[in-house]
Amino acid sequence: MKSVAGRRAVNHVMTALCALALLLALVPLVSLLWLVISRGIAGLSLDFFTAIPAPVGEEGGGVGNAILGTLYIVGIACLIGVPLGVGAGVYLAERGDSRLGDAIRFTAEVLSGVPSIVVGIVAYGLVVLPMRRFSALAGGVALSVLMVPTLARSTEELVRLVPHSLREASLALGVKQWRTSLKVVLRTALGGIMTAILLAVARASGETAPLLFTSLNNQFWNWRADQPTASLTVQIFNYAVAPYNDWHEKAWSAALVLLILVGSLSLAGRLLSRNRLR
Amino acid sequence: MESPSSLPAGDLAVAREPERAPESAPAHGNVPDRAWAVLLTVLGVGVLCVAALIVSELWRIGGPAIAHAGLKDFVTRSTWDPTRDLFGAAPYIYGTLVTSAVALVIALPVSLGLALFLTEMAPAAVRSIVSFPIALLAGIPSVVYGLWGLFVLVPVLRKDVEPLLGKTLGFLPLFQGAPIGLGYLAAGVILAIMILPTITSISIEVLQTVPGPLREAALALGATRWEAIRLSVLPYARAGIVGATMLGLGRALGETMAVTMVIGNSPTIRASLFAPGYSLPAVIANEFAEASGELHTGALAALGLLLFAVTVLLNIVARLLVRMSRRGPARVRA
Repeated sequence: MKSVAGRRAVNHVMTALCALALLLALVPLVSLLWLVISRGIAGLSLDFFTAIPAPVGEEGGGVGNAILGTLYIVGIACLIGVPLGVGAGVYLAERGDSRLGDAIRFTAEVLSGVPSIVVGIVAYGLVVLPMRRFSALAGGVALSVLMVPTLARSTEELVRLVPHSLREASLALGVKQWRTSLKVVLRTALGGIMTAILLAVARASGETAPLLFTSLNNQFWNWRADQPTASLTVQIFNYAVAPYNDWHEKAWSAALVLLILVGSLSLAGRLLSRNRLR
Repeated sequence: MESPSSLPAGDLAVAREPERAPESAPAHGNVPDRAWAVLLTVLGVGVLCVAALIVSELWRIGGPAIAHAGLKDFVTRSTWDPTRDLFGAAPYIYGTLVTSAVALVIALPVSLGLALFLTEMAPAAVRSIVSFPIALLAGIPSVVYGLWGLFVLVPVLRKDVEPLLGKTLGFLPLFQGAPIGLGYLAAGVILAIMILPTITSISIEVLQTVPGPLREAALALGATRWEAIRLSVLPYARAGIVGATMLGLGRALGETMAVTMVIGNSPTIRASLFAPGYSLPAVIANEFAEASGELHTGALAALGLLLFAVTVLLNIVARLLVRMSRRGPARVRA
């Protein structure tokens, strides 16, 4: 048996090491946030939000079309992904205590681990190949596939939190099941589901890989779902890997815009759920 | 959350049941209710369809290329030359494995230390404060990590870390060669940062299911805090922590943008971590949009299929392990 002092020393050393892990984890986060803010803020101007990209070497230009494109593609993704994801979640909560429910639940869990680039290939096969062109629609399909599993899982959890007494009260009053589901159960869980949707949208807005060969990119404004469309993330990637210094600066500024977008979406989601819980 | 149980598993399957209440009785002869049930079921089955669609599309696009090259040659050959229809994926597979291994070596001790610190050592206030930056770390888009890696991490590795490693550990083939910055090491470090929140948060979840009396028993017998962790907490949580690590690994294998931006994109197999390499997702990202023909596209989709198969397998095993561990291990080793 080791001495008490020795064992104590080991205890202290391990505690210190674990605390050190906290520090190690925070260093990259602080560095990253600091650099994105400090290097990105110089390039922000009204122009940066409203103009289309300028050619190499020219002053000015912005990422207005890319901001719009990201919102556009994510909007398409929501149209497909939200009903499917939320619906599947409601199914799992209301009628999912079966073999089929277990299979769906497990599939959703496993699907949430599928690399996003793989989903991009699937959207390419489903939309780009038949249409013979890159399009916002293809990007939206890719992102919607990424949204479904997480939305289904979180919706299920939220719907299950609705007290049974509410359901029973509604049914006891003679309200039909479907109306009870919609007007009582979903209505009660709505705040939480909105949070889940906002978080899913935030995640989708930050995706790059599945857009590279679905929505591709576009140097101009685009309103059509069947045309290649710019997105903030793909634009950041193109700016970052290009050999021009002023493009690198634009990459930092665009990254700041992206972080603000993603951050405010998730913040809004969190605030919403906090209010619901109290 | 499933009901916390201080008993070893076994009776939990029963314990889950009673929450279900009368309303699940079928709605006979009631058209709107039936329609509602059918609609929900269709949406639920939609998830299964999505999964089936992923598999079938990958197979449809990628299958012919695998047939063309032969599965064995496809994964073992190292020449990738679309102009001559030669598709050997070995450098990409190697790069993916090496960078993920580096990521795990760095991320696992840090995440586990962090998870232990937050659940077992730090006061509750610290835990609630720290959970926010960890969520933040998980929410940062991977292209932003890549940007940071390219302009911050890579120069630091090139100027400081790699020369230092070369000087001190240069006798190992892993740390030989010119310090370029871009390469396996840079990709591994970025991946480590990116999977840290995954491993940490799932480990925390697992550690929180360890029953309090286990710790208290160890402490009451005179164990120090660390001894209680080592002797009672970690053995109980082992399966779950392995699962958490596998989920982190799954993320690392499939991570695309950050790796593409810092790995150097050179389709070679090199022993040195300082050397530039390539990875499966990176080559798909770089070549897919401009693939030179159906076979090239197919070969890239086949790489995607490979990636999909590996990550799905990892995820299945990992989820089962985490689930098992939530219910507690069958036996706790003394």
